[in-house]
Formats: sequence, C-alpha cells, structure tokens
Amino acid sequence: MGKRAAAFLLALLLAGCGGGTARTVELDGSTAMSGVVAALQEAFRQREPGIRINCSGSGSGAGIEGVLEGRCDIGLSSRELTEEEAARGAVGRMLALDGIAVIVHPDNPVSALTREQLAAVFTGKIDRWTEQGGEDRPVAVYGREAGSGTRTAFEAALGVTDRCAYRNEYCSTGDVVGNVAANPNAIGYVSLSSVNGTVKALSVDGVRCRLDTVRDGTYPICRPFLLVTREGTALSEEAGAFLDFAESEEVEPYLAMAGAAAQAW
Amino acid sequence: MQWLERRRRRGEWAARTLFFLCALAAVALLLLIAAYVIFSGLPAIREIGPGNFLLGKTWDSANGENPQFGILPLLLTSVYGAAGAMALGVPLGLLTALFLAKAAPKGVAAAVRYLVRLLAGIPSVVCGLVGMTVFVPFLREKLDLPAGDSLLAAVAVLAVMILPSVVELAEDALAAVPRSYEEASLALGATEAETWFRVDLPAAGSGIAAAAALGVGRAMGETMAILMVAGNVANMPGPLRSVRFLTTGIAMEMGYAAAGSLRQRALFSIALVLFILILLMNILLHLARGRGKEG
Repeated sequence: MGKRAAAFLLALLLAGCGGGTARTVELDGSTAMSGVVAALQEAFRQREPGIRINCSGSGSGAGIEGVLEGRCDIGLSSRELTEEEAARGAVGRMLALDGIAVIVHPDNPVSALTREQLAAVFTGKIDRWTEQGGEDRPVAVYGREAGSGTRTAFEAALGVTDRCAYRNEYCSTGDVVGNVAANPNAIGYVSLSSVNGTVKALSVDGVRCRLDTVRDGTYPICRPFLLVTREGTALSEEAGAFLDFAESEEVEPYLAMAGAAAQAW
Repeated sequence: MQWLERRRRRGEWAARTLFFLCALAAVALLLLIAAYVIFSGLPAIREIGPGNFLLGKTWDSANGENPQFGILPLLLTSVYGAAGAMALGVPLGLLTALFLAKAAPKGVAAAVRYLVRLLAGIPSVVCGLVGMTVFVPFLREKLDLPAGDSLLAAVAVLAVMILPSVVELAEDALAAVPRSYEEASLALGATEAETWFRVDLPAAGSGIAAAAALGVGRAMGETMAILMVAGNVANMPGPLRSVRFLTTGIAMEMGYAAAGSLRQRALFSIALVLFILILLMNILLHLARGRGKEG
C-alpha cells in the first residue's frame, strides 16, 4: 500500500516535471472569458492531449500586461485594446462576440430597462427601484474594479465611462454573480456566458440578452473576446497550436456551448 | 581525550554559527523588504506630491484622462477601521481576560482559553465568509440599506479577529499583577470586583496597552476578510458606506497596474504608508511593554 502510494506520488512528481515548461500554454486575463476558455481547453485536450493549458483569471488589463511583459503566452481581453496597449505591441485576435448581461436578483419584478434608464441607475441619478416599476427598495449598483474589461466595455456602451456611482466593486465576474444573487436590491453586469439560474438578466431596449441577439447585433451591449499576443514575440509551438485551434471553425460549437457567439467567418 | 574535547568544541562552534546565520537571514529579510518598500514607494510620492498623495480625497487611478492618486479615503478608512475594531474588541477582550485571570473557576477558564485560541486559528478568509453571508445581509435588512457591505461590517469582522490576541496579552498582564496588591485591597475592605477594576486593571495597564497596540497592528494589516465585506469603493469613510482600506486597495489593483507605471508606483507608495503605520504601532507596543517591565 505504502509502496504503491509512493510510486503514485513519484509518478505525479515526474508528470509534473515533465509537463513543466515545454508542453504548457499559459493564458491569463479576463475572468469573464473563463467559461469560454474552459470549453476551449476541454476541446483542445482531445486534440492535443500532450499540451496543457494553464489559465489564470486576473482581469483583462492584467492579462494584456502579462503578455507585454512576457509573464504568459496569450492574454485574454474582454474589451478592445487601448491605443497605448496597441502602441506597446499588443495584438488582439477576435475569438468571439460576447453580450454583457445586466443582472438583478431573481425576485426583482423589473425585467426590462432602456439604455437611458440603465445610465441613470448606474450613475446614481435613480436610486430606488420604484422609479423603474419595481418594489420600494433602494438600488445597490454593483460593478467591477477599475481595469476590468467588462467594466470598461459596459461603461463605454452606455456612455458613462468613469461616471458610475458604484455601491460595491468586486474583483471577478463570479463575485458579481454571487453577490447579486444574494441581494434583492442589487443590479450588476457580467458576461452573458456567466449568467446562470441564480440571477435574472434584464432586457435592454426591449431586446433579451441571448446568444442569437448578440450574434445578429440587436442586443446593444456587446464586446469582443480577444486573444492577445505581442507583436514581434514568437509564440512557442504549443501556444501557436492553441491559437490556430482557437481561430479555426471547429471551436464554434464550443463557444456556443459556453454562451458566446462566434464571430462571423 | 583531547581530540574528543576538540571535536565537541568544533560541533559547538558549528551549531552557534548555524544559529547566527539563521538569525542573520531573518534580519536581512526584514531589512531587504523595508529597503524595497521604501525605494519603490518614495518616487511616486515625490511625483504626485506628498500633500496631494496623503491628503487628496479622490482615488481614481485608472481614469484614462485625469488619474487621481489621493489616498486620504483609504488612509482614514484604515485608521477608522482599526479604531472601531479597538472600540469593540478591547473592552470585550479585556473583560474576557479579567474573567479568565481572576473570576473563572480553573476548569472553565481552561475551556474558554482553549476556545479563544481556536478562534485565533480561524483563517481570515473564513471570518470574511461568515461576515459576508451573515452580517452583511443582516445589516442590509435591518437598516434598509442598498447593500450591507460597509465600514461597520469590516469593523465587526476585524473586532472578532483581534479578540484572541487582545485576550491573551491582557490575561498575561493581569496574571502578572502581584498577589500582595490584591490582598492589600481586600484587607482594606474592597470587594473582589472592586479589586479587579481598581487594582488589577491599573496595575496591568502597560500590558493592556501592549495588547491594544498589537490589535491595532493586526487590524491595519488585515486584507482578505475585509475585502469580502467592505464593498471596496474608495469613498471617504462613513460607517454605512462602502469603503476601501489601504491593504485592499493594493490587493485589488496590483494585477492591473503596468510595470513601472505611475499607478503601480503609487500602489508601492500605499504599501510604504501602511508599512510606516504598522512600524509606528510596533514601536508603541515595544514602549508600552518596556514601561511595563520597569514597573
């Protein structure tokens, strides 16, 4: 028994060492993309079982920084690159199109808002749900931390960049979903691919946030999911293989499964 | 026999050298960290200006057009947070310590002491989790707030977290009060409770001050638990507002700050301010203990 356990541990150790630097691809960035990347990882593993994909979620800005500074192979950005990032050599490849869903607690009777109403709520001009046809409760505006791709894209889509009056700020997509699910006063925004049964996604300008409305462009709050590399830096063979795979048509069903719309080919 | 003696002495020398090197490594690490924080923290303070940095009321480091690096909201939040945790935790801890050192039967004291130590071992993320799932919704419902995440919630969590160290230090100080003081007080006709409050507490004063200073240091440095309950918006602090501490400010933004950017250097400057605050607390702690020993 002891011997077998020891052999198992040794095997694990060797596997760990063997997989070390040569056969892994390091991804880092947007937490909103974690669902999509997990689906890609799964699919890629079937095709290239020898290559391991490590994915950390530290936010779009941090992921782009990571690529530019050589800390990871491919960055994940859920917003367009800034001019400054592009000037420093960051190159974004569109992986998919994502809708940003505006979410509330499932018990909240409000189920549709216009973009103007959303802007008023998120900038703090409206602070009770009654004004939106809801119960007499205060509104708790939840957002992401500065640097988040979701926050940047959402604020830009509503024209309220840097003007939002957040009650709370959270460090990941999952935090926002969990905290909105726990507070009947809350309103927040997350990637469509992260919306689950614990929260309710609002219709915006009368359009429901769904895969098809994102794909045909009728849902008004969309942003790209980008795979970011650095110009002039050669990718490792493994990272190149992953990038080729991610850009092929094969990934479309996996993207759809994870709730993101593939770009038009 | 001489060779045996020599070998023994050599072994002795080797052991001493090893211990010395270990001690040296600990000191060197401290100096290294201190030097690193100071050298990486000063440039941004100079660039932003100490006045704008320490007294600026707006922290908006990611603003593309006009970033603001005023840490007054973060600084005041950390100070108020620690003070509030003291206001809740020290009286509670002190009375617990009195109970343990003086009033409780031996068996009960041992059991309570054991439980208080267990409390000290609870990881901060677990404290934060309980605060987030129990206390934050409670505050929201009772006070009809939009959300319960607030300075008050953070203070409550911090008070629980500093309690064990306050109890332990204060109990040590109370137990060290000479029995003769108490006997003199009792002989003069004071009751036991009067003796505890009028004789033991003043006599253990410096030890209790040390307990409080240690608690402040702990409260200032805590990050994870308050990240989960404070709401994390860099508002000027108010008890029911969402607030950001010095520690959580660094934790939230470090990943986003480009290497060498003013934003990253400003985060190092926050670390420097935090370092100095905690250093001051430790010096106070040392002074309080030193005075206690003289007495």
